[in-house]
Amino acid sequence: MSGEKKMKQFALFLGCTIPARLLQYESASRAVLDELDVSVVDIKAFNCCGYPLRNIDFKAFLQLSARNLALAERQGLPIMALCQCCFGSLKKAHHLLKEDGSLRKEVNAVLAREGLHYGGEIEVKHLLQVLYHDVGIAAIQKEVKRMYEGLQIAAHYGCHVLRPSNVVQFDNPLSPTIFDELVAATGAVSVPWQRRLECCGAPLRGVNDELSMAITKKKIEAGTGAGADYLCVACPYCQIQFDTVQGSMPSKGGEDHQLPSILYPQLLGLCMGINEKILGLEMNRVPLDSIKDFLSDKREEPGTEAAYDKGARRNVA
Amino acid sequence: MFFSIGLYFALAIFGAGLLYKVFTWFRSSISIGARKITISRKIFSCLRGILSTLLSVKIFTLLKVFLLDVVLNRRILREDVLRWLMHMCIYGGFVLLLVMHALGQYTSAVIFDTYYPTINPFFFLRDLFGVLVLMGVAIAIYRRFILRIPRLFTNVRDHYAIIIVAVILLSGIALEGVKITSHTIYQQMVKDYAGLEDAQELRALEAYWVQHYGVVSPTGQGPFDAGTLAQGEELHNANCVVCHSRPQWAFTGYGVARVIRPFAVGLDNLNAHGLLWYIHVLACLIGLAYLPFSKMFHIIASPVSLLANAVMEQGKSAPAAIATRQMMELDACTHCGTCTVRCSVAAALEEIPNINILPSEKIIAIKALASGRKLTRVQLKALQEGVYLCTNCYRCTVVCPVGINLQDLWFNVREVVLQKGLPEFSMLSPLSFYRGLMKEEIRHRDYQRPLLKARNAIADTDKGDIMKGKDQVLPLPRRNGEFKGRLNLSAQASTFSVCFGCQTCTNACPVVANYKKPQEHLGLLPHQIMHACALGLSGLAFGANMLWDCLTCYQCQEQCPQGVGVTDVLYELKNCIVASVGEQAV
Repeated sequence: MSGEKKMKQFALFLGCTIPARLLQYESASRAVLDELDVSVVDIKAFNCCGYPLRNIDFKAFLQLSARNLALAERQGLPIMALCQCCFGSLKKAHHLLKEDGSLRKEVNAVLAREGLHYGGEIEVKHLLQVLYHDVGIAAIQKEVKRMYEGLQIAAHYGCHVLRPSNVVQFDNPLSPTIFDELVAATGAVSVPWQRRLECCGAPLRGVNDELSMAITKKKIEAGTGAGADYLCVACPYCQIQFDTVQGSMPSKGGEDHQLPSILYPQLLGLCMGINEKILGLEMNRVPLDSIKDFLSDKREEPGTEAAYDKGARRNVA
Repeated sequence: MFFSIGLYFALAIFGAGLLYKVFTWFRSSISIGARKITISRKIFSCLRGILSTLLSVKIFTLLKVFLLDVVLNRRILREDVLRWLMHMCIYGGFVLLLVMHALGQYTSAVIFDTYYPTINPFFFLRDLFGVLVLMGVAIAIYRRFILRIPRLFTNVRDHYAIIIVAVILLSGIALEGVKITSHTIYQQMVKDYAGLEDAQELRALEAYWVQHYGVVSPTGQGPFDAGTLAQGEELHNANCVVCHSRPQWAFTGYGVARVIRPFAVGLDNLNAHGLLWYIHVLACLIGLAYLPFSKMFHIIASPVSLLANAVMEQGKSAPAAIATRQMMELDACTHCGTCTVRCSVAAALEEIPNINILPSEKIIAIKALASGRKLTRVQLKALQEGVYLCTNCYRCTVVCPVGINLQDLWFNVREVVLQKGLPEFSMLSPLSFYRGLMKEEIRHRDYQRPLLKARNAIADTDKGDIMKGKDQVLPLPRRNGEFKGRLNLSAQASTFSVCFGCQTCTNACPVVANYKKPQEHLGLLPHQIMHACALGLSGLAFGANMLWDCLTCYQCQEQCPQGVGVTDVLYELKNCIVASVGEQAV
């Protein structure tokens, strides 16, 4: 495939957390996207998506978010976000500016101070959507060199890709399947589990740690209870919460009892045969090494039914 | 005489200032932990660190960084080519002028035995270097005053830096121009170097210099007859040419000379060259003496910062050395604004008018704080908010051209100001995520106190009665029409009014589900808050802990059968509190 022209181009929106605290998410995503012939453009002037400021000042949030949209629009590129919270904020801002003409006028008046303008027509996508819709399960399966065998994954969607569904329009908010299908494409089994659509607890980290931990703990227990070997996420906040924060939590059963969390591009990249160093597997706080034991020598036969059965999952959510 | 005395005087002030500045690096500190470290401990620790670095393989890292980052300004080049050109012109040209021209008698004269400032290549190079500096100054003025980079602020210290360099350069060029035309200077040179007595010879030489060397004579500008000029040339070749190149080589000064030609005699009579010499030398001496106290101190501190940045590591270097480095870094800042241009939240300034949001500006407030100056409550609050409105994305630290570890600076300052007791409502937002991750670095008591302070500040105002606890006798809540009006007009909260109280939101909430007795922890629950809004009971709505314990997971909003944007209403309520209670708290 590498000889052909890249299928689609996106402005990669990394946000603040990934370049500062989760470099492996960036490197793994870039590597996977490159293999799948999706090209990404970096816009240096991108700023915070506005999410952390929503508690404080609506207009500040909107202005920051709109500035990113305007920058992407100037380059004529759709945005691809790797972070659920960035995605949710950009979508929210996009939605508000599309719906509310007077708000758009106000925001544009401020943007005009630095020569920017937002017309309201930028597409914002999450990495998972790009992989699912723009690349497609079949194309991904073609690139899988060594399928996982017997690997049970608890896929964690993350709140801000799912809800509010009228704004984000990601998947069915009550029984989404995109992520599960993407997991199944690697040969792993995406297990049904309680609380799979609930919050990871990260938004209250630093605000109410006790509550934040309690929420995280319930998620991890639910994942373990469903027999999952790993959590799988596609958001830096969720990943840090499930990895760094879980790693610091006292665990009843000791280290072994922890449920490690892997980023989806790491999971996918590994079975696509991408270098582990680039995927940054060793950068996890809760070790990921044992996942390699699940790699088989089998390749996915193109055209075979994916291991994931959409119908069976409808009742679980 | 004036020059020597002035120079020694300026050097003395410079030396004292330098010592004082370096002493402040050891005297004060920014982080809470470093307060207890004694000055002698810091000095000892630094000396040991420097010595052990110089004696290890790290010396090669230092050499590399010195060459690439200090001499060639690699970090500036990475960010902005125009600014790199500007800085290379100013500092490159200035250093060359300093070495070749200002200190000529100690440098050029020693290296080259044929050195005269008036012969080539020195004559030409002096002007070339001067032009380099002027080009740099022109770019600086263009960047600061014409380009109008958003959120790049220019302050008095920046003005001073540009002005002092410009004055030194322009006075030097003017002086050169006036000297070229000056008949007095010409006569002095003839007396010193030619030793001619004969009146005809003097006339001939003067004719030649008027014709070819730009001198403006009060007795006549020609035309001269060929015989006189030929004799003048002969005399010139015999006496002058060895140590005076044609003035056209000094192209800037010559340009000035051409322009002032009509009034050159008058200027000469007024001793303009003497005056300009004083201006030029005084500007240089003032620049030197004031250097440790001006932005120009970065000439010394920035290389130190870059070198320290290359070899010091958090967690490995001694805490005493890190504390000293942090103070030094405040002096290394050149207020270039790179951090602000790349800051992830800088654009929030357009809506939250607090200049301390911008890294390049909050560092100024931090300098005041570190120097021990007492900040007013308003100043402190502004700094606190500015330093908290930060997503900890490290971009400022990555791009800083002088290698300041801004990220650590913000972290330390944040903890210091938070302990001063003013409530900070931005703490109750995901901006606290980083602080939460860094919990181990903060004493437990210091960690919790500001969080409680922020919540209590809301409870303490009339807005938040219900947070005080269940046994409190509450006054009859009053309806607040203005409050309801604001919600109705809000872009994100207007749907509150269609709530019919079915409690689906509360039932869907994972935070509510986390508690056996949720109301004890959360105050009002989501559906109750919607109801309070509908009744215009702002005191009840604002007082609910639920607002700040909301995960913003949107379960409530997604499930609402009426299409109430429950999460968004909570967001709006939080915005209202931050805006109104925030002002009351100061």
